[in-house]
Amino acid sequence: LSHTSDVVWSEQGTTPDRVEAALRELLARRYAEDSDCVPARVLNMIAFVDREWSGEIANRLGGVGRYHASRLLVLAYEPRRERLDARVTIASEQRGPGELGLLHETVVLDIGDKHLDDLVTIADPLVVTDLPTLLWSPHGHSDAADALLPLAQAVLVDSLDDPVWREAIDRACALSGEAYVVDLAWLRSTPWRERMAALFDPPHRRRDLGAITQVTVRHHPASTVAGLLFIGWLASRLRWRAEPLLGHGEALIGKAPACRQHVALRLQPAPEQQVRGLAGLSVETSAGRRLTLDRGPGGLHAREHQRDGAEHTWTLLGASRGEQGILGEGIRQALLRDPTYVPALKAAHAMLP
Amino acid sequence: MTAVATGHPEDAAGAAGSPNPLTAGLERLPVAPTALVIFGATGDLARRKLLPALYNLAHEGALPDRFDLVGVARREKAHADYRAESEQAIRQFSRRAPDPDVLAGLLERVRYVPGRFDAESVYGHLSKVLDSFDEQAGERLNRAFYLSTAPDFFGTIVGHLGASGLSRRAEAQVRVIIEKPFGTTLEEARALNRRVLSVFDEAQVFRIDHYLGKETVQNLLAFRFANGMFEPLWNRNYIDSVQITAAEDIGIGTRAGYYNAAGALRDLIQNHMLQLLCNVAMEPPVNFAAEEVRNEKVKVLEAIAAPTSEQVDTIAVRAQYSRGHSGGEDVPGYTEEEGVPADSATETFAALRLEVDNWRWAGVPFYIRTGKRLARKVTEIAVTLKPVPHLAFSQDGSLGVRPNQLVLTVQPNEGVSLQLGAKIPGTRMVIRPVNMEFLYGTAFMSQSPEAYERLITDAMLGDATLFTRDDEVEGQWRICDPIVKRWAAEGGPLPSYEAGSQGPEEAEGLLREGDHWRAI
Repeated sequence: LSHTSDVVWSEQGTTPDRVEAALRELLARRYAEDSDCVPARVLNMIAFVDREWSGEIANRLGGVGRYHASRLLVLAYEPRRERLDARVTIASEQRGPGELGLLHETVVLDIGDKHLDDLVTIADPLVVTDLPTLLWSPHGHSDAADALLPLAQAVLVDSLDDPVWREAIDRACALSGEAYVVDLAWLRSTPWRERMAALFDPPHRRRDLGAITQVTVRHHPASTVAGLLFIGWLASRLRWRAEPLLGHGEALIGKAPACRQHVALRLQPAPEQQVRGLAGLSVETSAGRRLTLDRGPGGLHAREHQRDGAEHTWTLLGASRGEQGILGEGIRQALLRDPTYVPALKAAHAMLP
Repeated sequence: MTAVATGHPEDAAGAAGSPNPLTAGLERLPVAPTALVIFGATGDLARRKLLPALYNLAHEGALPDRFDLVGVARREKAHADYRAESEQAIRQFSRRAPDPDVLAGLLERVRYVPGRFDAESVYGHLSKVLDSFDEQAGERLNRAFYLSTAPDFFGTIVGHLGASGLSRRAEAQVRVIIEKPFGTTLEEARALNRRVLSVFDEAQVFRIDHYLGKETVQNLLAFRFANGMFEPLWNRNYIDSVQITAAEDIGIGTRAGYYNAAGALRDLIQNHMLQLLCNVAMEPPVNFAAEEVRNEKVKVLEAIAAPTSEQVDTIAVRAQYSRGHSGGEDVPGYTEEEGVPADSATETFAALRLEVDNWRWAGVPFYIRTGKRLARKVTEIAVTLKPVPHLAFSQDGSLGVRPNQLVLTVQPNEGVSLQLGAKIPGTRMVIRPVNMEFLYGTAFMSQSPEAYERLITDAMLGDATLFTRDDEVEGQWRICDPIVKRWAAEGGPLPSYEAGSQGPEEAEGLLREGDHWRAI
């Protein structure tokens, strides 16, 4: 999906009122030129970023295609800045004859320290009323994000960004009490959760869920939180008691009491894994069944080993979404509600060493 | 650090009959391991729709964990040749560029079984291939047979599937997916139903009407039953008439063989347009389970009286397009199209006036029309409300006051438009109609899946909500059959309309006094 920049407006030393008036005028002018171009009205997104790195964020958001927010407000922070500068861009999707052209609005406000106390009054006039708002603060700045929380219904985080696991999980727990949290670390595990659910879905396999004795999760060395969320998900869905794991070399190990037995848990870094997220998982049952899923070309490679020695291997087809795809999915998820994340997060919190 | 008990009282992990606690919160439900067999695997539908749909499901990780595909067609060829043809079809028709690894992984699972559909040996061969999949998997896969052949073969294939023991399998589900058209007359549809149901249970049968797989058609139900605003008006007390239009600006292209035998009534009205009518007219189902929804649709069809032969002329109009202009170019008339006999009496336009004779709709005409080579491509449902009882604006512009009209556009730009009366700015109270428009494209980010992606998934899941039940098909044919017979008996010549126009003048004759066809 490619975008064509249509109209641009900018002003130095401006005010939110003047930016909002400019947006209205640009939209009216664009509609007058072509009535088949109409503004998308799905989602507001507020991104609080370091101005120095705002280009990188623009590139990341530029790659999300159709998941671009209807109105994106970028608050580009530069510590010693005194003046409020604004750039407004209205872009339309390229379209065929007779097709509807959707307009996406981007407002970039350059702000400084003096504006931090007034973030809500700066941002509030610039989000579309009645649309849900997603807040993203990819460069930290938790104080600024907290200040903007009253405007947001959903918050986008990536729990893998914080090198301290506890802080990442604490932060997500705290935010989940204020708004709906979309965690990219959680979304990276969606295919794994889907496949895990599918492997145990046939009725004759479902009883094995109560007989799981061992789970090993292998993950990118910087993605321990992804592994914690995954076993937190299993614990919360399968009624295991979540207890703190212990460090064991590079790995984390522990036991989770289940209804009939203890489940041995192991989180193991996989140094060969190039991309963030999970690298593989292995599940064993008391009946001697062992299932292994590993990331591979074209999908997840599955191997099933039975107690009688029989072994089957196959591939669960699926294309990698890439980091751009994950971010786009994160924006889309702001409109949905996954009731299983918070219980998984709480269980992961309880498993922190 | 304290431990956290993570109990969910509603989930009982470990019991075979209990819900799978791992599926909560997932957008996609797991599909059981399945082997899919496509009869007519080298045909146009398989190449353009089914294979690309399967690829897109694989790309999204939406195919079952274990999935195998068998193509069955008449021509002799090796597995490798069929794989190469499938790859070419996917590359040409997929809605996204294929990922090489996913495509290779999918094609690895493709097998080909050559032979005539009436040859017993084909089914023996097929059975061995399917058994080999089970053996490799170490479990019995579900089986789905997709009949994407000429309709003449539906009964034959079903019969052979039954005779060769392929229609049932212990510890696995067996389903049959049947393409349209399901019969070309009421008798044929009934005979085919009898044949199919002598081999399969109705719960195993999935009759395709790909319109039902379109996101836009499903949105009709959401529009009606998720909004309290319109339902109180949705009856004979407030609604004056309903108009359903499916117009195409193109001709018959390369489909002369099929189209000339079918015609507009069989091609679109008997199936898709009557489905749209059912969605507009049905009562709210208790829930959206397959049987509940289909029960309500059947009640609508039962409330529409089949015309007698004498009534056909008063409720139905047919016509054929003649030479004209479309898209700024000269275009030929129907009988001048390649492959169409010069004396063809096939209708390229059909319009009906139907009444749903029940408590909710008695006296409200439902106008339906479809045609090729009309002025524009549009599919829409226009609901016209009764006029207000008293025109307070009669002195100053009552000419501009019109009954409210609600238009649900199915394609090309899906949306809802409500025509309202509004005051023209100025010192006098002068009214003119204005449109309040909602376009689905402005309010959602996701791309709608292709209808066949949804339908194949639903069939593998065993969810029949978007498929047509036996009594539904027969209900549709019961209404259309007298018209088909009457028109066949009459033969030609037919009334004509110029290509690129609004359709034949004769269609005006169906309208009640004061009613008008909407401009296409």
